[in-house]
Amino acid sequence: MAISPEEHPQKAFGWAARDSSGILSPFRFSRRENADDDVTIKVLYCGVCHSDLHFAKNDWGFTNYPVVPGHEIVGVVTKTGNNVDKFKVGDRVGVGVIVGSCMKCETCQQDLENYCPRTIFTYNSHYHDQTKTYGGYSDIIVVHHRYVLRFPDNLAPDAGAPLLCAGITVYSPMKYYGMTEPGKHLGVAGLGGLGHIAVKIGKAFGLKVTVISSSPAKEDEATRRLGADSFLLLSDPAKLKGAMGTMDYIIDTVSAVHALAPLIGLLKLNGKLVTVGLPNKPLELPIFPLVLGRKLVGGSDIGGVKETQEMLDFCAKHNITSDIELIHMDYINTAMERLAKSDVRYRFVIDVASSLTQ
Amino acid sequence: MVLTPEQEHPNKAFGWAARDSSGVLSPLKFSRRKTGEKDVRFKVLYCGICHSDLHMVKNEWGSSVYPLIPGHEIVGVVTEVGSKVQKFKVGDKVGVGCMVGSCHSCDSCNNHLENYCPKMILTYGTRNLDGTITYGGYSDIMVADEHFIVRIPDNLPLDGAAPLLCAGITTYSPLRYFGLDKPGMHVGVVGLGGLGHLAVKFAKAMGVKVTVISTSPNKKEEAIEHLHADSFLVSRDQDQMQAAMGTLDGIIDTVSALHPLLPLIGLLKSHGKLVMVGAPEKPLELPVFPLLMGRKIVGGSCIGGMKETQEMIDFSAKHKITADIEVIPIDYLNTAMERLVKADVRYRFVIDIGNTLISSS
Repeated sequence: MAISPEEHPQKAFGWAARDSSGILSPFRFSRRENADDDVTIKVLYCGVCHSDLHFAKNDWGFTNYPVVPGHEIVGVVTKTGNNVDKFKVGDRVGVGVIVGSCMKCETCQQDLENYCPRTIFTYNSHYHDQTKTYGGYSDIIVVHHRYVLRFPDNLAPDAGAPLLCAGITVYSPMKYYGMTEPGKHLGVAGLGGLGHIAVKIGKAFGLKVTVISSSPAKEDEATRRLGADSFLLLSDPAKLKGAMGTMDYIIDTVSAVHALAPLIGLLKLNGKLVTVGLPNKPLELPIFPLVLGRKLVGGSDIGGVKETQEMLDFCAKHNITSDIELIHMDYINTAMERLAKSDVRYRFVIDVASSLTQ
Repeated sequence: MVLTPEQEHPNKAFGWAARDSSGVLSPLKFSRRKTGEKDVRFKVLYCGICHSDLHMVKNEWGSSVYPLIPGHEIVGVVTEVGSKVQKFKVGDKVGVGCMVGSCHSCDSCNNHLENYCPKMILTYGTRNLDGTITYGGYSDIMVADEHFIVRIPDNLPLDGAAPLLCAGITTYSPLRYFGLDKPGMHVGVVGLGGLGHLAVKFAKAMGVKVTVISTSPNKKEEAIEHLHADSFLVSRDQDQMQAAMGTLDGIIDTVSALHPLLPLIGLLKSHGKLVMVGAPEKPLELPVFPLLMGRKIVGGSCIGGMKETQEMIDFSAKHKITADIEVIPIDYLNTAMERLVKADVRYRFVIDIGNTLISSS
């Protein structure tokens, strides 16, 4: 028997996509009772991540409709379970991409819940009780306290919301792959939701940052507004040649299918190219340049909860938030169309509390 | 007037060279430079046949200059040293690998990574500082700068040691650099040939558990009984590969033919490392999802610097590691090349230069 979205005791309301057209519309559903380990959160803001668009349209082939997207959630605690002492009612908190994991495996023990084989995602997953998870394009969410983040007071809750996915997605590989040595040279490929935060975090680490892009129009943005040290236009062969072998690392945020060869060429000896975008087809990897320059291509996928908290605190210390366009809930379908054309600087954030009305 | 190979330098030398991209080798009289103040001159006793030699004689990489004398797994006995040579004397057993020169002033050279120096001079087929082309070890004598000579310890047989100078360092270096050398780790080796069999031996000596991954089921016995690999996977057997998913800390991939990376990435544990030491000429498909989902990496590695090459030789002496070889006379060379194309050798041909190449002197 299929479990209806109204299987839980707490009523909830949000916007969901019901089929691969990806069109979202109002959706009544429910949240579980707040158990001893849980925190109930009234959602204030939710960022619109590109993954939300992919899931809404079933681009990756495993969307389980209806899907309520949203995993860049900032809100206020309204209820805490008996075992919860980290949070109290009224606290400002965040929820990112994960709401559960097995908690027992070596990966979970190492605070790497994002690599647990049984990670439970904020939406489009199944929780321990087999019911579906629904994301932050909704009025409330109930989350196990282990996966709730303390949201720093001095970070704007709307502009800070995208840090919960975009922020940790670029911060984690920068730490893991050692991209934090002041003075080293970081390339950021792609200037969108992920890329613009990578520039800000890179500068905060004391790195020299070059934005690598195929859009000449982004140069001014990159250098004047975001503070990147330089801009490299991929389609300019002379500039590209001049920049070969100059970068210690590159964060590749591009999720369209794209050529890796020029990016690998930009790396110095022992350079590292880390891909955080998710193209839906394999990319071509030239092997010779990897071998001749002892270079590597790695991947990274969000981060664990502990590291996400570390990232939020780092951003609070350095006053880093996302550049956002605040929208109302009923603008979401237009926002998704614009997102498909990368027409946003650089993240839409839904003002859920003010605009989500039944 | 263009000088012939015989006229370029003052000292007569003799070797076998390919003259065109048919790759067929035949005798060639040529010459070596005078022993300079930092040079070591040695009589070549053995030279390993590396698969790169085959690629180069046939101009498969498009960079070959003929006549081409291959050979960069060269061992022999010192016959003369220059006045400023400090580390070697006449009678020492020595070897030369893939390089005979570098700039000595860049960051790479200063960090003992001459193999990554942009001005690195290869043992054969590269233009030397004096404008002449370098000639390799399928020849009777070698002259090289002391910096690029390694000492071969007495307890390593010279013929079995020769392939260490390229195949050995090529597999030793990434095991160290990518941290796949910790006792208890589990590393896969893809391809059981000249590189692969040495990767197995090094990894086992480092205390690492080894799984050989191969397309040929008939290599299993060799891998387990003879090379003491812990297990064997047939890469075309989906069930075996499925059962081994997420079990390897790293993989050394020695295969230079085109092959899929996806199943290999799947064999890695989270945070695992796939290291390419074979270099397919065309790009391979990189599936990004599994790379991201497991925070895995695909890296490359190319031989090793001189300091590390000596370290590898000393490690091999300590653990009694030599290559498994088939010693051949020089006039078997073309047949050996044909067999190498079909991977019909266990696992390296080594030319008995000392006994079968008639010297020029």
